[in-house]
Amino acid sequence: MRLDWELAVRGYRRYAAYPAATWAGILTNSVFGFIQAYVLLAMYDGRDDIGGYDAADALTYVWLAQAMLAAVNVFGWSDFAERIRRGDVATDLIRPVHPLRAGLAFDYGRALYHIIFRGLPPMVVGAIVFDLTAPGNPLVWAVFFVSIALAVSVSFAFHFLYNLSAFWLLDYRGVMRIAIAVLAFFSGLYIPVRFFPDWLQTLAYLTPFPSMIQIPIDVFVGYTTGVELVVALATQVGWAALLFTACYAAFLRGTRKLVVQGG
Amino acid sequence: MAESLALYVRLVSARVRSQWQYRASFALDILGVFLVTFLDFLAILVIFHNVPQLGGWTVEEVALLYGISGVAFSLTQLAVGQLDLLHQLIRDGNFDLVLIRPRGSLFQVIASDFRPRQVGRVLQAATVLVYALVSVDVAWTAGRVAMVVVAVVGGAAIFAAVWVAAICIVFWTVEGRESVSSVTDAGSFLSQYPIDVYAAWLQRLVTVLVPVAFVAYFPASYILDKPDPLGAPSWVSFASPAVALVAALVAGYVWRFAVRHYRSAGG
Repeated sequence: MRLDWELAVRGYRRYAAYPAATWAGILTNSVFGFIQAYVLLAMYDGRDDIGGYDAADALTYVWLAQAMLAAVNVFGWSDFAERIRRGDVATDLIRPVHPLRAGLAFDYGRALYHIIFRGLPPMVVGAIVFDLTAPGNPLVWAVFFVSIALAVSVSFAFHFLYNLSAFWLLDYRGVMRIAIAVLAFFSGLYIPVRFFPDWLQTLAYLTPFPSMIQIPIDVFVGYTTGVELVVALATQVGWAALLFTACYAAFLRGTRKLVVQGG
Repeated sequence: MAESLALYVRLVSARVRSQWQYRASFALDILGVFLVTFLDFLAILVIFHNVPQLGGWTVEEVALLYGISGVAFSLTQLAVGQLDLLHQLIRDGNFDLVLIRPRGSLFQVIASDFRPRQVGRVLQAATVLVYALVSVDVAWTAGRVAMVVVAVVGGAAIFAAVWVAAICIVFWTVEGRESVSSVTDAGSFLSQYPIDVYAAWLQRLVTVLVPVAFVAYFPASYILDKPDPLGAPSWVSFASPAVALVAALVAGYVWRFAVRHYRSAGG
């Protein structure tokens, strides 16, 4: 536990060391927030309910999605795939911690930094310019933060999984591009999953992607209530468990096959 | 100029030939990009699944915006996408090498790589554009047909100019790289929708400061005979080449100014 904590602290500091990158990210998230907010607002011209959201819910959705984007790491990473490609993964194998565990601890440190410094500023910008909603019940806030924490796990495990494809593929980038494009759409980053036609929603909920953005936001805007809150969190836990199991199994198979050119 | 162009063609064809050595992977890469970028357009279809029109525009009309903007932006990505790697050149001090070679620095960065898989994105946007062109309710005149071509070419030039000007921030802060997409990617995203939906300040911003409204919106307004919310005269729709020219001049100036500010990583 001590080790996980230390790794998380390193993860936090790694990102805290580049404030200019944080400012650049805040700017970009806010610009996209404005564009999406106005597009969705135009949908509410002459109606006040779409997919169970009113205009304030939809606007909150847009800004919350932009605020969570960095913390949940929607656009992915290829650090571990690069370690496999270069052979550095051999070093990871002689360490006493499983890379999956070390990576997750580090990623939680990063996510905490991103939720504070990449999450709050766009939320403030959105709240100043638009009428947003916020939960009144402290319990809902608590469930929301648990849900974000679970979203980070689901996202980490999913990204880790396609990173592992580098064990088998010379060029993992094609797989990564497709994985991220599908994730971005089905997580509800471009447009809320609630707005999808029924068949597409059904398809979306068969994937882990709504667990990354749509589910936490539904908790926040009050769409998910009562016992559904438990179902929502359980869904996220289920996907995290499934993906981590898949990662663990794939890593085991990959290391059996791994050949590192040494000297 | 002609010499540089010939050199560019040689570099690009070498790159294409090298990718062509792995034909299956090359084709799959293009196919992957082609299919995946449809998810982008699917978001627009989802909007119109819920509402019959957006800011007074129908799905076919928004598809026209998407098609023009998409083809223009993907051509820009194909041509100058290598600018994304400028921060690496600067961080590693390799921009020094660019400065000692007898060619323009911008030319060298642009010609340093070429990603043929982006052709998949061009094809996807072109597919949507063709769908839009055959399905919009328009009496096609020579002027309207010409406008489609002018919009795509002028639009690509405007996006490229915006990209060049924006990427210059990395000469001051390598970490600031992500802010570039707040005008490039965001500009492309914004121009997929009628600017009628945006607040007045944003409409003015994209007409004057970052002129992406000239990429698809003004040309499409002319083609579809739409009144302009800003009350701009109708000749504005034809202004995209002129806007592109001015933007290119400004971008060239910004680039030269930024290069003079380049301080090597040293070592």
